[in-house]
Amino acid sequence: MIAPRPWLPTPVLSLLLLFVWLLLVRSTAFGQIVLGAALAIAIPLLTHRFWDARPHIRKPLLLLRFALRVLKDIVIANFEVAYLIANPWRKLRPHFIEYPLMVEDRFTITLLASTISLTPGTVSANLRMDGKSLLIHALDVGDEEALIQHIRQRYEQPLKEIYEC
Amino acid sequence: MSWIVEVLASVLLIAGGIFLFIGSMGMVHLRDFYMRLHGPTKATTLGIGCMLIASTLFFWSQDGKPDIQELLITLFLFITAPVSAHLLSKAGLHMQLNHIDITEGDPVELRDEEVAQKPVPHPDKGHG
Amino acid sequence: MLTVALYITLALVIMALLFNLYRLMVGPDLPDRVLALDTMYINAIALIVLLGLWLNTKTYFESALLIAMLGFISTVAVCKYILRGDIIE
Repeated sequence: MIAPRPWLPTPVLSLLLLFVWLLLVRSTAFGQIVLGAALAIAIPLLTHRFWDARPHIRKPLLLLRFALRVLKDIVIANFEVAYLIANPWRKLRPHFIEYPLMVEDRFTITLLASTISLTPGTVSANLRMDGKSLLIHALDVGDEEALIQHIRQRYEQPLKEIYEC
Repeated sequence: MSWIVEVLASVLLIAGGIFLFIGSMGMVHLRDFYMRLHGPTKATTLGIGCMLIASTLFFWSQDGKPDIQELLITLFLFITAPVSAHLLSKAGLHMQLNHIDITEGDPVELRDEEVAQKPVPHPDKGHG
Repeated sequence: MLTVALYITLALVIMALLFNLYRLMVGPDLPDRVLALDTMYINAIALIVLLGLWLNTKTYFESALLIAMLGFISTVAVCKYILRGDIIE
């Protein structure tokens, strides 16, 4: 990991910006790399004042494993949801669920809510103003507790380990 | 172009089309707004992901060099889909849209009495 | 073979767009319509990808990216308007 410096507040984001720039212009000519690098340095410098402080990633390897697991779950969940929607004889059991949050940081909550929306038959519907619980709408759920435990163990626990310890 | 890539691209393309179709079909025949929200956020996002991967594969095998810029769209859609779904469902809760009767659970936001959380006024402006 | 797959996918995407149009017209409330429009944006991206494959060109990639961004921004703007009665506070 590159340490942040005054002129480079977010090294990872800068690398990402350079990468995206090169993809967008579809070339790796020297001039484009210089221009991309200049933009990658200038944009975070100009904008980092109005971002929230981002929590430090403590375990990058775990993050990678978490990302792969979420990707796998997205594919599986999509087959499930597609089956639920396409099967007209299936009685759906929609459900509003209160999910008490363990993570506290806003960035982590955002990640968790996005994961919930993308994975099993659930959409995160509303974050309470106090940031303590999340309202989830599920498409077909028999056991509320089981779903809460599933989300907690599969997604929230790793996120907490990665970002907050 | 080798036939393996062609078969793979065709399968991914049709799978993407089917996912898009199912996502939109859910929007027609599901019966309340909150259930309709599920189709577009999941099935449609994965569908477009499949189609973009198919397109990447096709151009890769044609030009002979990998060109992953189309994955930018996939990445962008995967980041934004949950955000717009969340905002849409917040809007639905705010307007207190009805849900079908078999829905279990009783969120505070949809109760009749005034316990639902209103947006907090901005501290700098001092509404009233 | 890819041509046949293109035909089938084109048919599926167009049916999806018609479904979205139906929801856009009859959708009982405003959020339903916004949802329909949002899905239509994504289906339009699919159409553009198919067009790129059909014409064997990558020129349309940028337009697909632009449509993705515009779709997201406009959905967020309308939702914000419904929620707060104001877009920029």
